[in-house]
Amino acid sequence: MQSTTFEQLQADRTAKVPVVLAKNLRTGAETLLYLQGKKGARGWPHQVAEAARAALLADRSTTIETAEGPVFLNVFNPPLRMIVIGAVHISQSLAPMAALAGYDVSVVDPRRAFATGERFPGVHLSHAWPDEAMAAFAPDLRTAVVTLTHDPKLDDPALAAALRSDAFYIGALGSIRTHARRLDRLRTAGFPEHELSRIQGPAGLDIGARSPAEIAVSILAQATERLRKRAA
Amino acid sequence: MTSAQNPDVLQQAGQWRREGRGVAIATVVTTWGSAPRPVGSQLAITEDGAFVGSVSGGCIEGAVVQEAVDTIHDGKPRMLDFGVTDDQAWEVGLACGGKIQVYVERLD
Repeated sequence: MQSTTFEQLQADRTAKVPVVLAKNLRTGAETLLYLQGKKGARGWPHQVAEAARAALLADRSTTIETAEGPVFLNVFNPPLRMIVIGAVHISQSLAPMAALAGYDVSVVDPRRAFATGERFPGVHLSHAWPDEAMAAFAPDLRTAVVTLTHDPKLDDPALAAALRSDAFYIGALGSIRTHARRLDRLRTAGFPEHELSRIQGPAGLDIGARSPAEIAVSILAQATERLRKRAA
Repeated sequence: MTSAQNPDVLQQAGQWRREGRGVAIATVVTTWGSAPRPVGSQLAITEDGAFVGSVSGGCIEGAVVQEAVDTIHDGKPRMLDFGVTDDQAWEVGLACGGKIQVYVERLD
């Protein structure tokens, strides 16, 4: 690997930019490819840039055959992120579970009595209002957003911000009735139906979960399903 | 999955390189069957045989390190094939019965 390629790869990874290192296994030629933009793709078959994008979305390194020989696409995605709105009981289970599954977890709750280090040891906490917190976090394709407060003042701004982002998973806790009212409010706020359908509500796979920890399992399972099956 | 294990491997490779040591990087490029580490897993190796990371559960690292040292000296990338065959099953085969292909290149 050339030192210039290596240094750029390391810079991208530090900056948390999703990047693919493409390597022609016959000629040794190499380049870095990104989700957007044609930078790096010059001189490479169009097919390579497209396959690189698919590999990033699937988070799976792979080799493709081209006219110039086999090209290995090594995927370097930044860590998954999960933004949890509400420092509630379920969050106390969800945060450590999601961390085990590879997520950088942040819990957002302006109510300081809820979001405390004692209740959330080792978890990144934000006391900002959800709209400010979401603007700061800037959810991307590798981000899951979960709202758990049941309080429209806190959940709604976070959901609106999530809908305007590329977040791969948006889950909102609440009964079917609560969720219907929530969708009505977001509809009034101008979100079209196909965007509202991105919200999983009530959040979580239907596995009969009852305890906070079981509900956390169902939410993490649903996020995993969205993450791993969307590109399949 | 690339995100979890690679940072330290490449960081260490860069650190070694800055210290002026010869470095090679080995990457799993293909797997068949129940290979122990996914495609994209990496190992960084120095010319004196130090290494970080993994390309298997420990079954083939020794063999990869030897080839990597040669790659550091002659600069030629190598493609290594590992799998369970009769004559190498107890040498550098994979206990899990899988097969993997490892690409070794020098970090210039």
